[in-house]
Amino acid sequence: MAWQWFNRLGSPRWFYQKSSVWMPWLAAISLLLLITGVVWGLGFAPQDARQGNSYRIIYIHVPAALLALAGYYLMAISGAIGLIWKMKLSFLVMRAAAPIGAALTFAALVTGALWGKPTWGTYWDWDARITSMLILLFLYLGIIALSRALSRQHTADKACALLTLVGTVNIPIIYKSVDWWSSLHQPATLKLMEPSSIHPSMFYPLLLMILGFYCFYAWTLTAHTRILILQREWRTQWVQQLLTCNKI
Amino acid sequence: MGLKPPGAGITGEAKCKRKIGPGFFTLLRCELLLALRRQSELVNPLLFFVTVLALMPIGIGPEPELLTRLAPGLIWVMALLATLLSQEALFRGDYEDGSLEQLALLPQPLYFAVSAKILIHWLVTGLPLALLSPLLGLMFNLPIAGYLPLAFSLLLGTACLSLIGSIGAALTVALRRPGLLLALIIMPLYVPVLIFGSGAVQAALDGYGYSMELAVLAAILTAAGALAPLAAGAAIRISLDH
Repeated sequence: MAWQWFNRLGSPRWFYQKSSVWMPWLAAISLLLLITGVVWGLGFAPQDARQGNSYRIIYIHVPAALLALAGYYLMAISGAIGLIWKMKLSFLVMRAAAPIGAALTFAALVTGALWGKPTWGTYWDWDARITSMLILLFLYLGIIALSRALSRQHTADKACALLTLVGTVNIPIIYKSVDWWSSLHQPATLKLMEPSSIHPSMFYPLLLMILGFYCFYAWTLTAHTRILILQREWRTQWVQQLLTCNKI
Repeated sequence: MGLKPPGAGITGEAKCKRKIGPGFFTLLRCELLLALRRQSELVNPLLFFVTVLALMPIGIGPEPELLTRLAPGLIWVMALLATLLSQEALFRGDYEDGSLEQLALLPQPLYFAVSAKILIHWLVTGLPLALLSPLLGLMFNLPIAGYLPLAFSLLLGTACLSLIGSIGAALTVALRRPGLLLALIIMPLYVPVLIFGSGAVQAALDGYGYSMELAVLAAILTAAGALAPLAAGAAIRISLDH
């Protein structure tokens, strides 16, 4: 009986019904946090002494980069849960997380490049962090490509979960080796001019943005998962009922 | 009359499971024989490796200093591509004629069958690549100091590449044309091997010791040797389900 909630969690129908209640809340909270964070960060936070206004891209860059990595781990964990407990829903969450993660990684790379131009004087630099983000993007794209290539959804789910897990084992190794590589090949020409402690007046809006990004991520992930559930389960009675009642 | 002592079946099965060694070596011999009989498949990756490397000086110019500067990276990237191209065929033939399913049905874990296949793949692609490396060093005006680290790093590194790539080959074996997809999903995982492989040669050329890079490659090889056949075996079971 203690496992009942766990089994229920694995049912796409249960998730679909529950999440329709969560969706407006998640949307409202993330919009509130994001709007407050953007207005505070871009309009009211003080200028940086060295970087001027250009540092303000941090309010997009850092949350996107954080979530890009966290998203990969979320994908790996849900893939593992799917493989171990054969849970349909967690495979769907994994599949939904891949394009979102890729988009966030891409956003982190683009904002990083735009930030690099005024501060470092170049859009692209083979710095350890940038390079490992690029490889993370390739990992995401590979998983998406694999999921599209396998026609049988059941196989695609398991194959993607396995590839994600292999990638998880590799991420620390890739990160460490790229770090080693760039420290060897690039003796401190360009350093990320990040102050070790960021002033509270700049930090609070950043915190708001990070929280807002997390809520936004949860919202998008839920929305994507709901679409995948409908696609997968459209033959079932409950989806047909929803269709006839025009509730979608 | 027909009563068997309880547990008779189990002991039979247990005996069967214990015999991993003979099965492994039989498979190894069979795979090697097959590989040696398909000579074009054996030679093609090597020809690709040498041909593309011969195109490089034509493309970038024949200045010896420039070639020396680029040699470690170019040779390593080409070794990576050659391994990747040959990887596609790793499980393909066995998948198409159904023997992969039979291997999966064996009482022995799939781990050993996969390990045997990877070992043979390395013997017929990675090892010749490493043996060819002095010739390429000559073509690319590599200083004498670079020859040994190039050969050793290729020796260790191509084994890592074969192991890691086998996971991708197993995941895509059910697809009709897996070539590009295999490259897409496996390339990011090759990054550490590339870094330390070309790093070893570069370090030797710069006059430093290169044992650290080789040690890291050996560490990656041991980890991949223990884990990659496991993942590839699981991937084969997933693909057979397709």
